Amino acid sequence: MTDQSIPSRERSTGSPLVKRGLAEMLKGGVIMDVVNPEQARIAEDAGAVAVMALERVPSDIRKEGGVSRMSDPEMIQGIQEVCSIPVMAKARIGHFAEAQILQSLGVDYIDESEVLTPADETHHIDKFAFDVPFVCGATNLGEALRRISEGACMIRSKGEAGTGNVVEAVRHIRSINGDIRKITQADSAELFEWAKQLRAPLPLIQEIAETGELPVPVFCAGGIATPADASLVMQLGAQAVFVGSGIFKSDEPVKMANAIVEAATHYQDPQILAKVSTGLGDAMKGLEMATLETKLAERGW
Amino acid sequence: MTRPVTVGVLALQGAFAAHLSILRVLGVEAREVKTNEQLASVDALVIPGGESTTMSMLLVKGDMLAPLRQRVVDGMPVFGTCAGMILCSERIEDGRPDQHCLSALPIVTRRNGYGRQIDSFEAELDVTGLDEPFHGVFIRAPIVDSVGDDVAVLSAVDGQPVLCSHGPVTVASFHPELSGDSRLHRRWLIDAGLLPESLAEASDETAEVTP
Repeated sequence: MTDQSIPSRERSTGSPLVKRGLAEMLKGGVIMDVVNPEQARIAEDAGAVAVMALERVPSDIRKEGGVSRMSDPEMIQGIQEVCSIPVMAKARIGHFAEAQILQSLGVDYIDESEVLTPADETHHIDKFAFDVPFVCGATNLGEALRRISEGACMIRSKGEAGTGNVVEAVRHIRSINGDIRKITQADSAELFEWAKQLRAPLPLIQEIAETGELPVPVFCAGGIATPADASLVMQLGAQAVFVGSGIFKSDEPVKMANAIVEAATHYQDPQILAKVSTGLGDAMKGLEMATLETKLAERGW
Repeated sequence: MTRPVTVGVLALQGAFAAHLSILRVLGVEAREVKTNEQLASVDALVIPGGESTTMSMLLVKGDMLAPLRQRVVDGMPVFGTCAGMILCSERIEDGRPDQHCLSALPIVTRRNGYGRQIDSFEAELDVTGLDEPFHGVFIRAPIVDSVGDDVAVLSAVDGQPVLCSHGPVTVASFHPELSGDSRLHRRWLIDAGLLPESLAEASDETAEVTP
């Protein structure tokens, strides 16, 4: 039985390793956007590793327009009550008061997200000031490193949320990982130029030259609508995927959710991917980039 | 042994890459296990942290639950960390009704027993048999509610077991793969007879791991 003689030592919470640790646990998984407890239950039943609680999925935000803000705490708490997996929620870029409220609700991760209307056109949130970890979007390596230098513990490539079109997600994950590969080939003098070009802190550039990877996990978001999309971005180096409108705007959300979960695990196995892609009904309709009035990915600085 | 010891890491979801890095530092052949064929090719298995509900569902979808249970019954050495510990347990409190476990050792676990992410913590752990403390990283960690009489409790926090062993099975409610320290992996493999005892006296060099 328990050996009571072993003394316990002091605990520390909110440390960088603890914050990044949860992102490590989500690798190989699917994080699903949900707008109510019922959808949260469907997501968990399908094997999601976490849910993102928000008021409207990005495709509806696009359609309806107006200012998008943090969700009603009552809605977030309703989702926390029915979920045993981590619950994330979004705050507007730079809106640290929304982030403080989300932290007080006990959400497991905060997404400082371009999907909501930015609150500050110059500054992002000082994420070191929080015990709850943050994920931030990035379209390229410089943006990713600026977010990490502000305390983000997970990066997600932005893609273009609410489009069901994977083209921007591919552009962004390729840009991030492509530049990382180039930096590992650079000599020490060239690293200074990389830091200038990317507007990123030199020590982070030097760290990447050494390790060949970002110091935090890199997930992919924005336009993933099928199991094949999930496989594509994971083969390009994403370590997990966020799926927003792609599930609950498809013909058969339960089937689609289950299929994308299996695809995230077996992303390198075309036979399993063929099996899980069969008979899913229509994926969300999707939008061409040229038709967009607002490009959400351009928000963030 | 005619071939090198092969240690699998269940790679359906979670922190499997960090475990693979640590195992490779120990000089064993380490590989991902996502299918029954891969499971059949390994001598021992690490079940990593991640979401235990997701892993349980993926085991069912891949028809892996029965073969994995059989390997456990046959005495395959298993090291379960966090979600892996939950999967190894005999009963899960506060789990999902459709969530499966392997009964690899007689313990009862409670999911997220230490609370939400905001309650996740680091602590130095005194571990029976280790000279220096082990740095424990607890992420939305499960609590061990009760252990069978023949389970060895090797470390505890506030009187609650956090590291237990039972024959070839070791479980931790924390993440030894995240602190870049290979001592617990090494000790598990030595106890299971898969690494020579001489390594036990090796210096406490730690795995160079970027989790």
